[in-house]
Amino acid sequence: MYETILALVMLAALVLYALFAGADYGGGMWDLLAFGPNRRQQRDAIADAIGPVWEANHVWLILVIVLLFSAFPPAFGMIMTALFMPMILILIGIVLRGTTFVFRKYDLQRDAVHRRWSAIFGIASFLTPFFLGLSLGALATGDIRVEEGVIISGFYAGWTTAFAVGCGLFAQGLFAYLAAVYMTVETEDNPAVQRDFQIRSLISAVTLAPAALLVYLLAGDGAPYLFDGLSQWWSPPIGAAVSLLGIGAVVALWVRRFAWARVAAVLQVTLILVGWGLAQFPYVIVPDVTFADAATAPATLRLLTLILGAGTVLLLPAFAYLFYIFKRRRLPADSR
Amino acid sequence: MEDFFFARSLMALSLAFHIVFAVMGIGMPLLMAMAEGKYLRTKEPVYLDLAKRWARGTAILFAVGAVSGTVLSFELGLLWPDFMAVAGGVIGMPFSLEGFAFFTEAIFLGIYLYAWDRMPPLAHWLSGVVVAVSGALSGVFVITANAWMNAPVGFDLVDGVITNVDPVAAMMNPAALQQIIHMILASYVAVGFAVSAVHAFFLRKDRTSTFHRYAFGLALLMAMVSIPLELVSGDRIAKMTAVLQPPKFAAMEAHYHTESGAPLVIGGLPDDAEMETRYALEIPYGLSFLAHGDVGAEVTGLDAYPRDEWPNVTIVHWAFDIMVGCGMMMFVLALWTGWKWARTRRLPDDPRLLLALIAAGPLGFIAIEAGWIVTEVGRQPWIIWGVLRTEDAVTPVSGLAAPFIAFTVLYVFLSVVLVFLLKRQFLETHSGNHRS
Repeated sequence: MYETILALVMLAALVLYALFAGADYGGGMWDLLAFGPNRRQQRDAIADAIGPVWEANHVWLILVIVLLFSAFPPAFGMIMTALFMPMILILIGIVLRGTTFVFRKYDLQRDAVHRRWSAIFGIASFLTPFFLGLSLGALATGDIRVEEGVIISGFYAGWTTAFAVGCGLFAQGLFAYLAAVYMTVETEDNPAVQRDFQIRSLISAVTLAPAALLVYLLAGDGAPYLFDGLSQWWSPPIGAAVSLLGIGAVVALWVRRFAWARVAAVLQVTLILVGWGLAQFPYVIVPDVTFADAATAPATLRLLTLILGAGTVLLLPAFAYLFYIFKRRRLPADSR
Repeated sequence: MEDFFFARSLMALSLAFHIVFAVMGIGMPLLMAMAEGKYLRTKEPVYLDLAKRWARGTAILFAVGAVSGTVLSFELGLLWPDFMAVAGGVIGMPFSLEGFAFFTEAIFLGIYLYAWDRMPPLAHWLSGVVVAVSGALSGVFVITANAWMNAPVGFDLVDGVITNVDPVAAMMNPAALQQIIHMILASYVAVGFAVSAVHAFFLRKDRTSTFHRYAFGLALLMAMVSIPLELVSGDRIAKMTAVLQPPKFAAMEAHYHTESGAPLVIGGLPDDAEMETRYALEIPYGLSFLAHGDVGAEVTGLDAYPRDEWPNVTIVHWAFDIMVGCGMMMFVLALWTGWKWARTRRLPDDPRLLLALIAAGPLGFIAIEAGWIVTEVGRQPWIIWGVLRTEDAVTPVSGLAAPFIAFTVLYVFLSVVLVFLLKRQFLETHSGNHRS
């Protein structure tokens, strides 16, 4: 029971990481891709949007990692062993992205050094989500095999498949889309820049649909268990909802109802990840390790659940307060 | 074997790098909150200026601390998967709590840094206090987990399998309290001395700068209050180690032979083969007194343990002496400063004292790095004391030289950039008395 709760909490934390930090990565991508007459203002708007919140957003990933090693310690060891290389690349990306963002922010002299940090920030923002998506995809391939707690499939299994690469690219697209949609709301006081992000979010929304289809088709061969999972009863409604929300987001973007587009995008990403989570459950690593297999002592699981409950009660208000302070003018009810 | 070496080196490198920023994340928010608190009481704009300046430094350092801490949490599994498989369920608890403390810190630091004019002054100051408290709490939880590696309790080991896990008992392990006190105080000492050194530097150039006078005064206060307490804590933690981990203690003191009335060995060249330390300064009965408070007490030497359970004596002994040496030097400086203050009843800004304090800037950090070498290398060959050997916990992945080199390059790059950036940040302000 507790392992299921904790698995759900991990999924929830992952969703929040995608919604918040994912958009920060997307912001970095748009920073690198900034072009046109307003590119300086685009970059400034992105920096303003990310600045106060990125550290708090980053913590959702820590929560996933900490839960994985406290509640499912053997799975943590196995994943880190099997995905050693992409994980190292994720780490380098996280380090470079976080530090260069802050360096750039606090370096008041806008010279060549400043631009170089921007470039590193942008490149790291592209690479980290790719390897994150790749790693998550790898866990679903069924290629990572475990026997008596030991990885027997080598250090290249899973993440070197077409499906995993597809997941990496899809994660990039998803985050870029989220960021562009959020930025349309963030730039309400600057119509020219807002139009830039409107165009960017429409382009990414339209590109994302075939990409999603491609990942789905790749799953047929590349992640058969996941693919089967997607044919259960709950799958068609989720799929339909995601498609409708996608169309809704495009329409809202088109008619400049940006706050509603943001709601649609958030729900879309949430449903995609929840669908993936449901399809992969009960496996941490398909097909050899379930959450129940990897769960640690019941006493620890129970305490962890308690701590999570108490911690959430304390922290969610603080997290909400952070966003209230910096984003309050931008709730749907306030916008035209 | 080579991969084992690189796994240990990568972990050591990552820890050594992260500790600097973790310590800054504990000390700087306290200074920043102290400065803003002073501003709220005195309404002197210099203090506001100071709080803002320190907050920017905190932001830069915190970002590096956050990402290098992330690296560590991944590396626990990347480099020591079998350690995590054993320990995760037992000491995952403090790590989860640390996650929450860190989350609180990140949220309120975001508020603190960006909401100067978006909330009432008192609420803003309180968010700074929350950052300082949760920063220290993060430290408390991580050290609790480390203390468990030195004093593992809260489980039964049956045929190599861990059962009867009691995560609360594991958190309450006998090493936790002393280690926590020692490290949190060390953070205040190190940050206090380092920051007062920076401002002493500018004060030497311009003794009339109120900005640097006030900054120097606050940082000095933090350093001077913490260092004597740290010496007391050091003594207690040494006595504890003599009881809990006698081989570590023996290595710290380069003490090879179990004997009564043992001398204190300072410096020298430990020689494992001959089991003696040459060229050392010896203080008769010193070790027995320090370890057990009795000049005649018997102190267990390394000879009581099989050779393959010894840590590297030279490294541990020297790291220990360096740590203690730095602590003593800082204590002497504190006495000098206190004496100056008591005589003149004003901020001690004697040029010679300022020069000495500038020179002492890095001592706290050197002591911390050396202290962690004592703790970690001193625990070897065990990753969990008496339970799991480090070599049995290492990842099966090979070619670890590559990530080691990659992270070395990365950390060197970050260090250079940081120094450059903090310098740009400071050079911009050091000229004198603004807005006061």
